Amino acid sequence: MTVDAGELWHAAERGLLQPVDSAVLAANIPEAYRDPANRWFGFSIRARTLVYSTERVKPEELSTYEALAEPQWKGRLCLRTSKKVYNQSLVAMLIAQHGEELTEKVVRGWVENLATDVFANDTQLMEAIAAGQCDVGIVNTYYFGRLLRDKPEIPVKLFWADQEGSGVHVNVSGAGITAHAPHREAAQKFLEWLSQTESQSMFADRNLEYPANPGVKADSIVLEWGEFTPNPINLSKAGELQAAAVRLMDRAGYR
Amino acid sequence: MATPASNRYASERSPRILAGGLALALCIPALAPLIVIGFAAVSPDAEIWSHLARFVLPEVASNTLMLVISVAVIGGMLGTSLAWLTAMCEFPGRRFFEWALLLPLAVPAYVLAFVAVGFLDYSGPLQTALRGTFGSSVWVPPIRSLGGAAMVLSLATYPYVYLLARSAFLTQGRRALEAAQALGYSRSQASWKVALPMARPWIFAGIALTAMETLADFGAVYIFNTRTFTTAIYGAWFGMRSVTTALQLAGVLMVFVLIVFVIERRSRASAAFASARDMTRGSPRFELSSTGRVAAACFAGLIFAIGFALPIVQLAIWAIERIGDLDSRYFGFVSRSLLLAGSAAFMIVSCSVLLAYIQRRLPSRFSQAVIRLATLGYAIPGAVLAVGVIVPIIFLSNALQDLLRTWFGAGAPTIMFQGTLLAVLLGYLARFLAVGFNPVESGLQRITKSVDEAAISLGVTGAALLRRVHMPLLKTSLATAATLVFVDVMKEMPITLIVRPFGWDTLAVRVFEMTAEGEWERAALPAVAIVLVGLVPVAMLTRRGAHVA
Repeated sequence: MTVDAGELWHAAERGLLQPVDSAVLAANIPEAYRDPANRWFGFSIRARTLVYSTERVKPEELSTYEALAEPQWKGRLCLRTSKKVYNQSLVAMLIAQHGEELTEKVVRGWVENLATDVFANDTQLMEAIAAGQCDVGIVNTYYFGRLLRDKPEIPVKLFWADQEGSGVHVNVSGAGITAHAPHREAAQKFLEWLSQTESQSMFADRNLEYPANPGVKADSIVLEWGEFTPNPINLSKAGELQAAAVRLMDRAGYR
Repeated sequence: MATPASNRYASERSPRILAGGLALALCIPALAPLIVIGFAAVSPDAEIWSHLARFVLPEVASNTLMLVISVAVIGGMLGTSLAWLTAMCEFPGRRFFEWALLLPLAVPAYVLAFVAVGFLDYSGPLQTALRGTFGSSVWVPPIRSLGGAAMVLSLATYPYVYLLARSAFLTQGRRALEAAQALGYSRSQASWKVALPMARPWIFAGIALTAMETLADFGAVYIFNTRTFTTAIYGAWFGMRSVTTALQLAGVLMVFVLIVFVIERRSRASAAFASARDMTRGSPRFELSSTGRVAAACFAGLIFAIGFALPIVQLAIWAIERIGDLDSRYFGFVSRSLLLAGSAAFMIVSCSVLLAYIQRRLPSRFSQAVIRLATLGYAIPGAVLAVGVIVPIIFLSNALQDLLRTWFGAGAPTIMFQGTLLAVLLGYLARFLAVGFNPVESGLQRITKSVDEAAISLGVTGAALLRRVHMPLLKTSLATAATLVFVDVMKEMPITLIVRPFGWDTLAVRVFEMTAEGEWERAALPAVAIVLVGLVPVAMLTRRGAHVA
């Protein structure tokens, strides 16, 4: 059980996980959020999207991840370190869409627009936006949810990226059964239980992510952010392209 | 000088071979990583390596170098000047600062780092208040920078220089100054031309220790987001998933370490030339002018405040704010930390006793060399040891697994030493054997041969000699060794983080995870626990220091 589809993909790729054929899981977890060979299943979904200062940015100015590379954001962008796997998966998705050349241009543009050195985490980044150090950034939604729970008045809002194009980058926390698991059946039962309504809403309330089971509602804080179109690329792509993403970010000077 | 005891031992071959074998075995944890790194260096993963050499290495190497140099300079100046003031001069609060200036030793660099970032960053309380009052805070230098990291590491490590320089000044300084003045130097000439040069080996040894700590640091640079070798090793493993690359980076880091290591050994050797006792008695301290006294007190007070007092106050405030975090999981964090630290202390002290007795009973070039090798690990950064220990362990358990498979077929039991406590403890053994060995060795040296001979002449021999004579005499040294190891393991981050068994979160790992998410307030509670435990050996050092002064 871990976060990030890239990690799950690596585990599957190295033969650590075994396929699970379960009608329950197949019914509860949409195809985009599980391994094509059923070796892992996502149980909750986190979107990585834009945040902006309500004091200095109008939502009309925002559109896509790529647009943050444009010169109007010079000195106004905050990013988290490229060492974090979430950014690696985001860039991997961009590579899948645009190829390496164009993606590298985008990432270079981001780096040029940075208001300050990259942050070690999303929370610090949003606090920097609130404090006025920068105006826009890219974060995982649940970090924003946690911050809102602590500080409801914070002048920062979410913006769903690329709604007219490919959609918001999503990722999962998920699980699979190890290849030599001694209690295979119990493990499968547990996974099935995790995909059901009761446990899915427990998940959603506690971590402020989106339940993977489309029949289950997210937490009320999360629901207030409204609906969004997720990027339909299968998440195992993120795993495949992760190493390429890491190197691309090194080349572009994204630290 | 042949004594009956040593003659008897020397004449028996089998204990000699056994002891040699045991001592050699104790070298393995420190040597294996170096060998593995050596192998990795000759079989590079060409594609990744050329990428690293072009885009990562230049930045990493220059950051590491800049950091080491600035910490050596700042930490060296802080440590030497404070040692000079407290050892040679008189100013208000001197007695307090003598020991209080050692307290930063109890605060791991990564704790100081997250307090500094949490407090001083753009969105932190200080700059927010400044903006509230003056409307802007752009003139505050950014804390998340190489400079910030250098500042924090200097504050965390200057006590090494302070400690060594101070004992140099105390044991020789004032007498030498008197002599120099009698020969016609003015006071300040004597200070610069005699006392400082005489203390140089100690000062350099202290600076070398700060440099080693800086090269080994992982937690603090991670928080500052400064790319150095240790974080690059971590990144190569967990980002690029290439253990080979991690090992190669470790190899380059070891070149830096080796340079510092040689400097330290050289300085230590020349520091041995004069360490007489009771040199201070009777010679008066410098009288400072009244401005000088105030300035000295302010300077010592400032360093004490930013290196210890203020961070601790901030930690306490955060910990109290988030006291709600203190739930049943903490029982696990604390007990795992204690268990690891306790078993490491026991293991390392036992091994130290073994080595120290081999050295006493079978002194030879061979045993000297073996002990040098076994205690080498203190110079090897934890991140390097972590990779270097895990690779041979995986290799070993796979080999064993294959062997079992050929014997028992598919029904063979599964062997997995990686991710067990064994792997973690081997890493600690390599890293901290020197910490335990040094006090045990010096304790044993204080029991002279004549004590043994007197005991033997009274009919106390063999095991009884150990139990009734040596152990009571060694008790303090063993306790010192155990405490030092215990605290170092509690603070240790990279080995625990990388090699620990699945789900084995300790206090230090908890600090890492909370700081990685920027939850400074929530990292404070486990950090406070680590600092409190860390105060114990500092208190011991202080008490011993009081005897010298």
